[in-house]
Amino acid sequence: MDFLVVQFLTGLAGASSLFLVASGLSIIFGVTRIVNFAHGAFYMLGAYAAYSLTERWEGALGFWGGIVAAAIGVAAVGALVEVTLLRRIYRAPELFQLLATFGVTLVVQDLSIILWGPEDLVGRRAPGFRSSISILGQQVPSYDLFLIALGPLVLGLIWLLFHRTRFGVLVRAATQDRDMVAALGVNQRWLFTGVFALGVFLAALGGALQLPRDAVSHTMDLRIIVEVFVVVVIGGLGSVAGAYVAALIVAELNAFGILVLPQVSLVLVFAVMAIVLVVRPYGLFGRPEGPPRTGTAGLIRPWRPFSGGERIAVAVGLVAAAALPLVGGSYLLSVGAEIAIFCLFAASLQLLMSAGGIASFGHAAYFGLGSYGAALAAKTLGWPLPAALAAGAALGTAGAALFGWFCVRLSGVYFAMLTLAFAQIAWSIAFQWTSVTGGDNGILGIWPPPWAGSPAAFYWIALALAAGGIAALRVIAFSPFGYALRAVRDSALKAEAVGISRRAVQWTAFVVAGGFAALAGALFAYLKGSVFPDNLAIPLSVDGLVMVLLGGVETVTGAVVGAVLFRALTIVLMSYTDYSKLVLGLLVVVLVVAFPKGVVGSLQGLRPPWRRAAAPPVAVPAR
Amino acid sequence: MSAPLLQVEHLSKSYGGVQAVRDVSFTLRAGEILALIGPNGAGKSTCFNMLNGQVRRDSGRVLIGGRDTAGLSPRRVWALGVGRTFQITATFASMSVRENVQVGCLSHQGALGRLAGYAGARAREEAEALLALVGMEDAAERPCGELAYGDLKRLELAVALSNAPGLLLMDEPTAGMAPADRVDLMRLVAAIARERRIGILFTEHDMDVVFEHADRVMVLDRGRLIAEGAPEAVRRDPLVQRTYLGEGLLYEKGAA
Amino acid sequence: MRQVMVGLAALAALAGGAHAQQGEIRIGEINSYSGLPAFTEPYRKGWQLAVEEINAAGGVNGKTLVVVSKDDGGKPADAVTAANELLSRDKVDMLAGAFFSHIGLALADFAKQKQVFYLAGEPLTDAIVWSAGNKYTFRLRPSNYMQAAMLADEAAKLPAKRWATIAPNYEYGQSAVKVFKELLSKKRPDIEWVGEQWPPQGKIEAGPVVQAVAAMRPEAILNVTFGPDLVKLVREGNSRGLFKDRSVVSFLTGEPEYIDPLKEETPEGWIVTGYPWNTIKTDAHNAFFKAYEAKYKDYPRLGSVVGYALVKSAAAIMTKAGSTDTDKMIAAAEGLAFETPFGPAQFRAIDHQATLGAYVGKTAVKDGKGVMVDSVYRDGKDFLPSDADVKAMRPAN
Repeated sequence: MDFLVVQFLTGLAGASSLFLVASGLSIIFGVTRIVNFAHGAFYMLGAYAAYSLTERWEGALGFWGGIVAAAIGVAAVGALVEVTLLRRIYRAPELFQLLATFGVTLVVQDLSIILWGPEDLVGRRAPGFRSSISILGQQVPSYDLFLIALGPLVLGLIWLLFHRTRFGVLVRAATQDRDMVAALGVNQRWLFTGVFALGVFLAALGGALQLPRDAVSHTMDLRIIVEVFVVVVIGGLGSVAGAYVAALIVAELNAFGILVLPQVSLVLVFAVMAIVLVVRPYGLFGRPEGPPRTGTAGLIRPWRPFSGGERIAVAVGLVAAAALPLVGGSYLLSVGAEIAIFCLFAASLQLLMSAGGIASFGHAAYFGLGSYGAALAAKTLGWPLPAALAAGAALGTAGAALFGWFCVRLSGVYFAMLTLAFAQIAWSIAFQWTSVTGGDNGILGIWPPPWAGSPAAFYWIALALAAGGIAALRVIAFSPFGYALRAVRDSALKAEAVGISRRAVQWTAFVVAGGFAALAGALFAYLKGSVFPDNLAIPLSVDGLVMVLLGGVETVTGAVVGAVLFRALTIVLMSYTDYSKLVLGLLVVVLVVAFPKGVVGSLQGLRPPWRRAAAPPVAVPAR
Repeated sequence: MSAPLLQVEHLSKSYGGVQAVRDVSFTLRAGEILALIGPNGAGKSTCFNMLNGQVRRDSGRVLIGGRDTAGLSPRRVWALGVGRTFQITATFASMSVRENVQVGCLSHQGALGRLAGYAGARAREEAEALLALVGMEDAAERPCGELAYGDLKRLELAVALSNAPGLLLMDEPTAGMAPADRVDLMRLVAAIARERRIGILFTEHDMDVVFEHADRVMVLDRGRLIAEGAPEAVRRDPLVQRTYLGEGLLYEKGAA
Repeated sequence: MRQVMVGLAALAALAGGAHAQQGEIRIGEINSYSGLPAFTEPYRKGWQLAVEEINAAGGVNGKTLVVVSKDDGGKPADAVTAANELLSRDKVDMLAGAFFSHIGLALADFAKQKQVFYLAGEPLTDAIVWSAGNKYTFRLRPSNYMQAAMLADEAAKLPAKRWATIAPNYEYGQSAVKVFKELLSKKRPDIEWVGEQWPPQGKIEAGPVVQAVAAMRPEAILNVTFGPDLVKLVREGNSRGLFKDRSVVSFLTGEPEYIDPLKEETPEGWIVTGYPWNTIKTDAHNAFFKAYEAKYKDYPRLGSVVGYALVKSAAAIMTKAGSTDTDKMIAAAEGLAFETPFGPAQFRAIDHQATLGAYVGKTAVKDGKGVMVDSVYRDGKDFLPSDADVKAMRPAN
């Protein structure tokens, strides 16, 4: 009994740590709708900055002053990022900010290694909180008690800020209706900058406060970013109290879960999120989201199939690509096959994001299921290449059918996060089910048979399947079904009123996209010769998003260009420098600013990107 | 005589204890134009949304062509031959004008499940005929996103007609339009209704529109039907006059 | 069309590049330079020093030794891409490197498929030489099994009977715990395993884990966590008194990469494997240490030793083979004896595992720094299963 009480207190301390970071994300997310992928990076910067300051400044004042100064300093950096980068792209298609903050994250990762060195840093213990206190016969670190008190305190301060200050009232108004606040003559820009800086401050503070209990390392950001997103979504977007409750639930379930099932931490937060979202589609304290941001849909010029000339150009391009084995060596061909595979993967995600208007944060799940399906068919059943590829595609399709059935009940960011949760669950199964999947040691020896084994032969197979798949995805985008999908995206209300079932249409799209992603994954298994849980991990899902956004989310198949660009850049940079993330991140930031609708999307637009040509007048909601 | 096109019996709905619609009953025949008016917050939109299944009713029945629509979603109601336009225009902004109508036509043909074949080449004639009907044939290729508001309203009408409906539900069809356009649009609607024997139920704030085109008028106040009948009779009804007194709508605009 | 053009341009950029020069022997080296710089930077310094020394002494078979190094970003798929590039563009004569086990396995499988020599440096998984072993793959470092066997030897001497384990939840942690338990239970049938904790790698919630382990009331604890997880575990464990009056046996904790960051919070008296660079006084190590310190003005980490020995052993293989023909190199490597900073070692013919050992000692704090004391070198050859067992595990090829 005593033990359980102390375990509960330990969970509370963990909840506070998580909440500090999550609250900042929730505020940024709730107000600006920016999916701030860089939140983890600011958390990490906070920890590094606090380390440097507290090592330099002595005494208790030096320590606490260092913590606060670090948070303020990083908040200033955050404000700078908002003013110089994010502000330029508020009018960009939804989720485009994700791309920008992704670039920032890459840059920060390498910069922190350059500035603070590669080794883990262990900071000072907090003055006054070095010891532990005996509670019910168990030792509890006094710093834990400090954190336990700090969580609710920060929650209270945020509440006061939002309910007792003009700034807070405006922010809350902006959370509910951004156009309204703009109409009231409030300078929305500075409001957003303020909110962003506040969120970054909380992230950096959260990072700095880990100094006495954690090691400061350059992997801190990725360790926390997904988890805080999950916490925010479980709590409900824009609900800071919800974030606290969610952090509490996650931390306590973990603290007690490991007593029963020591492996549970691997998947716990995602399982909790999946259950919460299936039961409560808007999180614990969230309210139904308004319709997605208006304006973007109106900016899209109606899609057209390729004209005669364009078809010839594409055909010539394909022939040129098919002629690569005449000039390229085996390395070039393997890179070519890899890029072709990623083109297909990105194009499949694009069907969901562009035609469907639903962004999957877990698209790698289906890619990975395709890999595993093919690998298992080849290794355990001994199936030949074509059958194994089909098995991979089938497994991915089945997975998409299952997960998609739940996901399409949700919309917007909640949809995205549920796809992420399912992807992580799939990942943890691949990771943990060692007897079948080989765990993280993977499945080895998935090589193509001799007839497909030469670099040229496999390149042609990959190119043919990728080109065929992308062509099929284009056909689908222009088919009656594709129109139904776009109709649902443009106006779910209207689509329903002309007899279209949103769920059925989106579910079908999800399954189709999953199937093509799985085909790409199956090819990938044969290209690499081995399959690992990495094939369905979050970084690959993020890569998919980046490729689509880079190509242009408002285009039909711009993702193909995004994929070529991103994958080729990654491969080249990794080959030539250890700081590939730094260079890639900077390039992404530059591309974001230069092509605010994606590369293809921006090149297509002859008009200035943000001129809303005779957009429908802003209508006042009925009730 | 077969069942009336639309028969509403004792329809009620409350939101958290507030009775938005109480015990509303009426019928609508084919080819008839029926207006539903009332001050703001009278329950018109709620009533409307219950008719096409968007809002679930608490009690009462809605029969369309004699069939009870209990539990049917909007798209099932649509399949019964009901067209609907929205107070705030809802169109498919990423498509051209003609494609908007084509989606409706393809849905009517049950062809939207097809994964192959260029949709832009299908149901083209049907869509163009409907656009011609609403006077939008010249705008067929224009992106929907750049239409003026009045044209959007016409487009919505064309889409609402894409399933050859017997019943058309129009929620404030002329809201937000210039006065001259309102008259044009409603004349068009009335002509189509008479020609195709479509029953139309519409809500409206503009009393000009109501009294010029409606065959019958119903007045809703605080969720209750307080008057029903020919336009002239309703206009003279003292209860109606009292209801609208504060708004001044009936005298100033109705008398114009 | 534009799409295709961009693609072709990108591919064209990839097409250029270096080609093998006459008079060079090239090793293609792959590691997680961007993902794991704390280990790979000293590692790179180690192999760079080896390359310098070899070439100063006239190279290999009269040719200059060149190491072409690539980053794998911590992903097996990217490691395979890099291996492809090294093979077909850089025309390397052998592949070497890798840190993570799954990357090592991917490269081993790649080597088997492409019939190219692969010398794994750091990956610890037993699979790479046993269950997934192949003719083309050799491994330098003492494996998981060997480290477990070294620690189990020491653990068996402890009076403790109730044992709990804490290990990261992935193959490395799982197999470390499994082997350690097996070996220790064999030596000490009286031992009781009272519980396990499996925090996810890199994401330990140390407080609850420490509490949970304390609740098992063990007399001794096996730890397999490392890096930031280790730091958190040690700090929470110290605060909550978990390690008080308990024996702790811990994998790799004595390696400078992991013990240095702990500074004055280093727990005292843990039995660990590692690299006590400041107390090894052998001639082989002295020579290495002096050269390293002179070149880099820094002390070597374990990674430095691995990188150094990796290239030295590769050169020894090619020297003995007198050629860079893959089959000849395999034949030469099997049973080859070579020198390392830790002393002589040998690539076993039976499973291609090197007999390089590790130091086992106890942790202590000295001048606010974590160090290893009472260290003893354990030769790897004494900590391997019987030949019959090895043959049973290793697929024939």
